[in-house]
Parts: sequence; structure tokens; C-alpha cells
Amino acid sequence: MDRKTQLTILTAAFAFVLLAAVPVIGSRALVQDLFGVLTLLVLALNWNMLAGFSGLVSVGQQAFVGIGAYVMFACVILLGLDPLAGVLVGGLAAMALAVPMAAFAFRLNGAYFAIGTWVAADIVRLVTSQWQALGGGTGTSLPKGTTREMIFVQPVKDLLGGSSAAAADAVTYWVALALAVAMLGISYGFLRSRRGLALQAVRDNVEAARSVGIDPLRLKATVFLLTAFGTGLAGGLIFIQITRVTPEAAFSVIDWTAFVIFVTVIGGIGTLPGPILGVAVFYALERLLADYGTAYLILLGLIGMGVMLFARRGLWGWIADRTGFDPLPLSHRPPAPPSFTDLSDPVTQRS
Amino acid sequence: MSAPLLSVRGLTAFYGDFQALFGVDLDLARGGCVAIIGANGAGKTTLMRTICGIARAGQGEILLDGAPIHGLPAPEVLRRGVAMVPEGRKLFPSLSVEENLQIGAHERRGNGAWTLETIYDLFPVLRERRRNPGTALSGGQQQMVAIGRALMSNPEVLLCDEISLGLAPVVIRDIYAAVPRIREAGTAILVVEQDIGQALKIADHVHCMMEGRVTLSGRPSELSREAIHDAYFGVTHDLA
Amino acid sequence: MIWLDTLAQGILLGGLYALFAAGLSLVFGIMRLVNLAHGDLIVLGAYVILVMVSVTGLNPFLAATLALPVMFGFGMLLQTHLFNRVLGEDILPPLLVTFGLSVVLQNVLLETFSADSQKLSMGPVEAVGVPLGPVTLGLVPLATLGCAVAVIAALNLLFYRTKLGRAFRATSDDATTVQLMGIYPARIFSVATGIALMVATLAALYLGARANFDPTIGPARLLYAFEAVIIGGLGSLWGTLAGGLVIGVAQATGAAIRPEWQILAGHAAFVAVLLFRPRGLFPRAND
Repeated sequence: MDRKTQLTILTAAFAFVLLAAVPVIGSRALVQDLFGVLTLLVLALNWNMLAGFSGLVSVGQQAFVGIGAYVMFACVILLGLDPLAGVLVGGLAAMALAVPMAAFAFRLNGAYFAIGTWVAADIVRLVTSQWQALGGGTGTSLPKGTTREMIFVQPVKDLLGGSSAAAADAVTYWVALALAVAMLGISYGFLRSRRGLALQAVRDNVEAARSVGIDPLRLKATVFLLTAFGTGLAGGLIFIQITRVTPEAAFSVIDWTAFVIFVTVIGGIGTLPGPILGVAVFYALERLLADYGTAYLILLGLIGMGVMLFARRGLWGWIADRTGFDPLPLSHRPPAPPSFTDLSDPVTQRS
Repeated sequence: MSAPLLSVRGLTAFYGDFQALFGVDLDLARGGCVAIIGANGAGKTTLMRTICGIARAGQGEILLDGAPIHGLPAPEVLRRGVAMVPEGRKLFPSLSVEENLQIGAHERRGNGAWTLETIYDLFPVLRERRRNPGTALSGGQQQMVAIGRALMSNPEVLLCDEISLGLAPVVIRDIYAAVPRIREAGTAILVVEQDIGQALKIADHVHCMMEGRVTLSGRPSELSREAIHDAYFGVTHDLA
Repeated sequence: MIWLDTLAQGILLGGLYALFAAGLSLVFGIMRLVNLAHGDLIVLGAYVILVMVSVTGLNPFLAATLALPVMFGFGMLLQTHLFNRVLGEDILPPLLVTFGLSVVLQNVLLETFSADSQKLSMGPVEAVGVPLGPVTLGLVPLATLGCAVAVIAALNLLFYRTKLGRAFRATSDDATTVQLMGIYPARIFSVATGIALMVATLAALYLGARANFDPTIGPARLLYAFEAVIIGGLGSLWGTLAGGLVIGVAQATGAAIRPEWQILAGHAAFVAVLLFRPRGLFPRAND
């Protein structure tokens, strides 16, 4: 193990310990903010796995967030389960939903896949709006005291002191942290595995991958299902903290897909550290610009577009190019072959 | 002899790190015909693509009538008077035969000799098939469309890349029968050809290329079969 | 009789959706660009008309003629400085740039015009009904359908009868070889997007004339437009019109059963077509 790797592991361990200690040493507001950042990271890691590594540009991830949230609510309200158990069921439901959604959206080629997933998410939203037991179009709230009675809350309250609500925030925070770390570990392991390398081979060249015996469709479908699971888990978890669900909020394309896309693109799409850097930028900008509302979203969108135009591998690519430092080495996209099909208008010619 | 119409000096070209041309020189006189022969991978097509502006140019000079056209985008090179018949014909499948010819005149240069009517006179079979989709034609007929399409801009220089590739000998003869008439109309021709016999028959001057360099040049009458054979297959006398 | 009325209303609504879809179909056909901001560009067109109306005091129909060149220019600029830079083998950059544009446009409109609903008031013509046999149809919805048919017919003429249309088709076939004809693909693409935004402006005129609009309704229009394009078959303009009518009739039928089923019924028709005819109703032969 070389020094760089050692340093990386050390830094990561330190960051993890620091983050884990936040509910003990930090304020409740900080815990809530970082909970938002961590769940965004989970969503971004999942989306990056789809779009960045598998070439599946989904604009319908809000379907999985929404279904994860709604099924979690159904488990609590209709079945009387613990919310965290509901989160798990929500993740499984999202994965189940991914089966028909893949069967439908995979019929659409390339770019049309994106709008196809968006339509599918809209269908799920509209159908969920008909679910009268969960409030139909107007939505519903978690019963009062649900989070206080959540598993782990009492021991955490005894440990930290303070209110039950703060303890509940700490519990969801730690679950989010665990989920993010698990997602990161699984992504890293998967991408370095035989199947993960195959996945990147498929992204780079479908024909070549097929010729060495990889079934691209099956591999992509597997990733689609697994990321639906991760996204659904995050959805359930997010709405434990919000405590109220409506179809508009749970299936919001802006909140659960647009932000995720911008964060991933800014950090570096198709790189593993990209989403981490992206959420860091997101959090910093949010601190600075929270008061400006939509202006913040406009700025994020513009930065995202700028990155796509001028630095496609995002902040991480920019750092890696300058320092040659890559603590999580994955096989990278090969350099583009010399292009003789460029649109040779001098204005648009890419260098 | 007056100054050449098209003059290439010390041209280099790269595909990524791979150098495809190493300082190529050639001249084409007004109304002349020069043939470039050589095996696959000798750099002939790269040379043509670089002259017409489709491939990015390395170093060197390309002069048309004394003015540099080196590094200009392909549409601008066409506007200056260099039209290309690309390898593989590349007809537009969504366009009929006549539309394929018409689009060649998208940037028509003055009132030259070439119009739909004169192209149909040159290749009468195209007149009968003008309403067909370009890609529904036989290989030879498609090649005629590709040549006609390039002529429709009334170019001063016509670049023909491997126009006999994959065609039957009798069809090749028909197509090359058009060359003298194109020259009579004042258009100079630069052809890339693997068929040495055909090249020697039509050209005033022949260059043989190997591995990105011109290894042999001369008038067809000056070149012996053996010299061409050696240049074509890379037998150098140092090795022999 | 009520069913006949529903069918008629659906067909008229379909005309509006065909207008939404025509620009999307055009741009995809020529440069294989899926513009996720198309719906928001339609909404932008509606606001441009609204501003023209309030500045000049003209009727929206006349104001739209002023908006057309503005939107054409905006489309040229967008394509030249944004989309042309990301077109290529990789589908990711154009998708993300157009998605970013969608979000930015939506929020800029929210900042500028607030979330309040707006309408393009046509004056007394809005109330005019035209009795056609057993049903009476609104003049404005009828004009919408008429405009959709006219736009599709005009685009077909442009494509198959003009020099520019020839260049469109050739560039769509082979953007490299077309340069040997003296054509800059990037410029062709810019003109195409300019034209697509003019069509979007016409769509915006009838959108604003028929119903309220606000800055957030763009993505839903994108989805309807997309469904119409896919149902019709990629690359077929008349197919796009048919696709629009299918969505319109499905939505009207759904709404007749239960109002909240309107959108769902449109989506259901789309899914059904995709399952049984994956290449749409009128697929282009050489694709």
C-alpha cells in the first residue's frame, strides 16, 4: 500500500469519525443540514452509477424517492411498522417498481430513455395521487409521536440527553451516514469488480463489450434495479424527517433529480469522488445563497451547464488532471479517438 | 510550365499520435490529371482528406492558385474551388439521385460548364433514375452520382478518392471514360487509385506513396513497371 | 352524443399537442438532439408574447408575429453557443445541458414573472362557437388544429421542396460529407433550432389562448410533445400530428370519465403504443 492510499484511508476515517460525532458535538440544526447533505449524496451516488457509469441518463429517479416515501408511510400508517422498517420496505418497493419501469424505458434508445423515465415517474406520481388511504392528491402526515417511538430513539436520548425529537434526528442522521458510507463502499467494490469493469466497458463501447461475452442489457438492468433500491431507501429516510408527504413533494423532479444531477455533474460525473465534492459545493453554496431561493437553483443550473461545456469531468476531473492524484483509482474513460467527423465550423470546433 | 493550380508542400498529418503523412509534395497543373497510387495504409486517403479540409491538417502548405487553403474548414475549401468525391461514395440516403446532384450545387461557383443537364449528358443512365433514392442504385451508378455531385459546384480541382474500389472492370472503364471530358471542361483532377493500369492510362503524372511518403514520381511514360512495382510493394534497393 | 363531443374536443386538444411536438420532432430529426428544455421554451414563448401584448397593446395574434423573429433569433443563439458545443457521440452532455437549461429557464421565469397564472386574452373571439353537425366547437381550439395542420404541411414543404430542406435532410444523413457540399452543419443546426422555436411560439400562442399558464408547466408540455413524437414514429412529421391527436383524444376520454384521469389516460395510451408498436405508428422507412 503506497503512501497516497494510506493518506486517503486515514483522511476518510477521520472524516467518518468527525461526521459520526456531529450529533454528539454539533447543534441540532447542523445535524438536520448534514442529514440533507448525506441523503443528497446517496441519491447522487446512485444517479452517478446510472448515468456516469452505465450510460443510463434517468430523469425519473423521483419515482423511486416518491415510492420509497409513500411505502414507508403506508408501513407506518396502515401496518403500524417502525419507520425504519418502513424505509427498508420502501427500498424494496422501489426495486420492484424498477422492473416494469425498466421493461418500459429500456425500449427507448439513448436520449429518449431520459424522457421515458420522466414519463414513467409522472405515471407513478399520478397513480399515487389516487391512493386515498394516504391522502390522495393532498397527501398525509406521519402520526404524532411516530419518530419518538422509533427504534433506537430511546437509547440515543438516554445517551445524548435532550429531546426525543433531537434523538430521532440523530438516529436518522446516523442511518443516512451509514447508507452513504455503504453506498460508497459498494460502488467502489462494484466498479473494481469484473462486472463493474464490464459495465464501464459497455458504456465505452457496447459492441466491443458484447464481443467479449457481456450482455449489456442485463448488466444495465441490474444496475437500474439496484440503484432504484438505494434511491428508494433514501426516499423513505428523507420523509421520516419531513414527516409529511404529498405527491408533489415526494415526486418532485427538481428536488430529487435536478439537484442530484447538478451536484454530480459539478463534482465530476463518471468519477467516484465526484458526488462527494458535488455535495460539498452544494452545501457551501446553499449556506451562502439560501436566502435567494430560486436564484440558487438558477446558479446551480448555470454552473452545471458550464461544467458540461468546459470541463466535462467536473471538479474532480479538474483536480485529478492538475495533481495526478487519484485516491480511488478506477479505469477511466479512454481518451477520445481523433475525430474527423467534427463539425468543422471553426466557431464550434472542439479542441 | 506555368505555376501549378494546386500545390502541396511538406504536408504532414496525424491520427492522434500516429503520423500518417511525412512531408508530402505534389503539384497539379490547371486542367491536369495527377494519380496517386499505393497500397492500403500508404496515406493516400489521408492526403485527400487533408487537402479538402475534412481531416485536420498538420504542418506544411497547401496552395490553390498561390493562396493558402491549408487548415481551412471543408466548406470553405469547396468555396475556393476544390471538390471531393469521397471514398465509399457517401451518397445521402434521404435524397433522390437528382437531389444528390442538386446539393452538390449548394455552393455553386459561377456559371461553369456543369449543370444537371451536362451531368446527365455525361452519365445518361442517371437521367433515367433521377427520381430513385441515391442509395437504390448500383455501385457504379452511385459512383457516377458522387462524381456528378462534386462537379455540380463547378470546381477547379476535383479530388477522386478510390473511385474504382469494389466495381467491376467494365464499370470502372465507363467511369474513367468521363475523365477526359471533365478535363476538357477545365477541371483538374487528382485521383487516388489502387488500379495501377488505370492510373497510368489517365494521368499526366503519377506519384507512388508508401507509409506516408511519396517514394516515386514521374510521367507514366518515364516509369518502368518494375520501378512502380518496387515502390508499391516497398522493395527498396537498399534492402535488396 | 357526449362521446362525439369528447372525441371532437380530444382531436382539437391533439392539435395543440401536435404543435408542441412539431419543434421537438424537427430538431430530433435533423440533429438527433433531444431537447429537454423544449417545454420550457414553449412557456418562454408564451411570456414573450405576453410582454409584446403589454408593451404594444396589440392582440396576441399580432403580438405573436413580433415574437416569432425574437424566438427565431434566440433559437439560433442557443444552438450556436450552447447545443452545438455538446452535440456528438456521447448523449450525456446534450441531455444534461438541455436539462440544465430547462431548470434555469423555469426559475428565471419564476423570478421575473412570479408564479401567478397568466392568460393571453384574445377578446370576444374566445367565446365564438362553430356549430359543426351535432357538436359545437370553439373557434380558438379549431384554429389551433388548423394551425397544427398548416405548420406540419409547411414543414413538409420546407423539408422536401426547398434547398434548405435538402440541406436539412443531407446533414441529418451525414454531417461530415455534407461539408464537402459547402454546408456547415453547425449553421444548419442553428437555423433548424430557430425554426423549431418559431413553431414553439405558435404553440405558445394557442397554449396561452386556450388556458392559463405559469412558469412551471413546461416539463409537462415536454412530456406530451415527446409522447406525440414517439407515438407518431421518429422522423415522420405527419406521424407527429397523428401522435398529438392520439394523446389529445386519450386525455379527453380520460377526463370525461374522471377529471383527474386526464393526464394518466394520455400516458396510458403512450405506454400501450410503445408496448405494441415500439417504433410508433408511422416509422420512417430508412431508420
